[in-house]
Amino acid sequence: MDGVHDMGGTDGFGKVIAEKNEPPFHAKWEGRVLAMQRAMGYAGAWHIDHSRFAQEQLPPLDYLGSPYYRRWMLAMEKNVTERGYATPEELKAGHAQTAGKNLKRKLTPDIVAEGMTRSSFYRQQQGPQKFQPGDRVRTKNIHPATHTRLPRYARGKTGVVEMCHGCHMFPDSVATDRGDNPQWLYTVVFDSRELWGPDADPTLKISIDAFEPYLEKV
Amino acid sequence: MADHDHSHDHEHGSELSETQLRVRALETVLTEKGYIDPKALDAIVEAYETKIGPRNGSVVIAKRHNMIVCTLCSCYPWEVLGLPPVWYKSAPYRSRAVKDPRGVLDDFGVKLPKDTEIRVWDSTAETRFIVLPMRPAGTEGWSEDKLADLVTRDSMIGTGLALNPSEVK
Repeated sequence: MDGVHDMGGTDGFGKVIAEKNEPPFHAKWEGRVLAMQRAMGYAGAWHIDHSRFAQEQLPPLDYLGSPYYRRWMLAMEKNVTERGYATPEELKAGHAQTAGKNLKRKLTPDIVAEGMTRSSFYRQQQGPQKFQPGDRVRTKNIHPATHTRLPRYARGKTGVVEMCHGCHMFPDSVATDRGDNPQWLYTVVFDSRELWGPDADPTLKISIDAFEPYLEKV
Repeated sequence: MADHDHSHDHEHGSELSETQLRVRALETVLTEKGYIDPKALDAIVEAYETKIGPRNGSVVIAKRHNMIVCTLCSCYPWEVLGLPPVWYKSAPYRSRAVKDPRGVLDDFGVKLPKDTEIRVWDSTAETRFIVLPMRPAGTEGWSEDKLADLVTRDSMIGTGLALNPSEVK
């Protein structure tokens, strides 16, 4: 969706300010949010692209005005309630009123390392690889109202395939509960002037990782 | 919604912020429903606080300057570099890295020669990248361990360079 989360190339956000000796968490609740996300992910409650999509659907001012882990919390509330893991009333009351749904597994302290390892996103290929390194490709000019991983600044642009990463689950499909729908994934490189016009820094190249359905041959 | 708890948190105080209350409610409800185990959460938090930090990683090299970003969310190679710093997740970095990386480098006090090619990698899928920084001059014959001391987190994101031998003891 064309939301405020898609920030690449937006002007006006100001300088990047690095904090010296930054702690892992700035408040205790941040760690709890991160850990809950890991535990619910391990349990199979939802997929990472559901979390991303839920964040993208936050009202723009909430998205921009909330620190990182608060955005996670807001997205988690959305997934918890919309997927039926708890009701808004229960979250409001701070207590469960009925028993939980059955989840496929539960992260316990003895297997915590497992819950912190990324799962594999590779999937069995469904068809032949359409593009090869060196191929010139154009990204499609698409504007789905749902989750996509093709950033706005790189739509309708011509670039070169640099490498193929194999077949991966397709976020656009996963986020809307239409299954893994595995697709070939490529690193596509663009000249800065293709993206940002003739005055762009000629020494700059930008790459994205693009799923095959985002691309067409030039 | 006024309280966004930026970097000030008063855990010890009696007044809990709206965010803290909502996080606590989530944890209590999800625990009571049987989905999560608070002790497992403790272990996860502890691991991120104490065990997972910048370590040696892999790939992405060349005679150019590389920089990693995620413009759509904040994808980051957590397994090798630990938790991402706040600036990496911030709007200024996510918006500017793909358009004005030299300006971003300037914010970090890094200046590259005008003709150095810059490559920015937008992490738009689940592939994670880390930069293997260029080897500083004067390190010929150094052991791997000694070289590792020159590698900083920012040099593996691409917003910094590896340290010079004079910067470490």
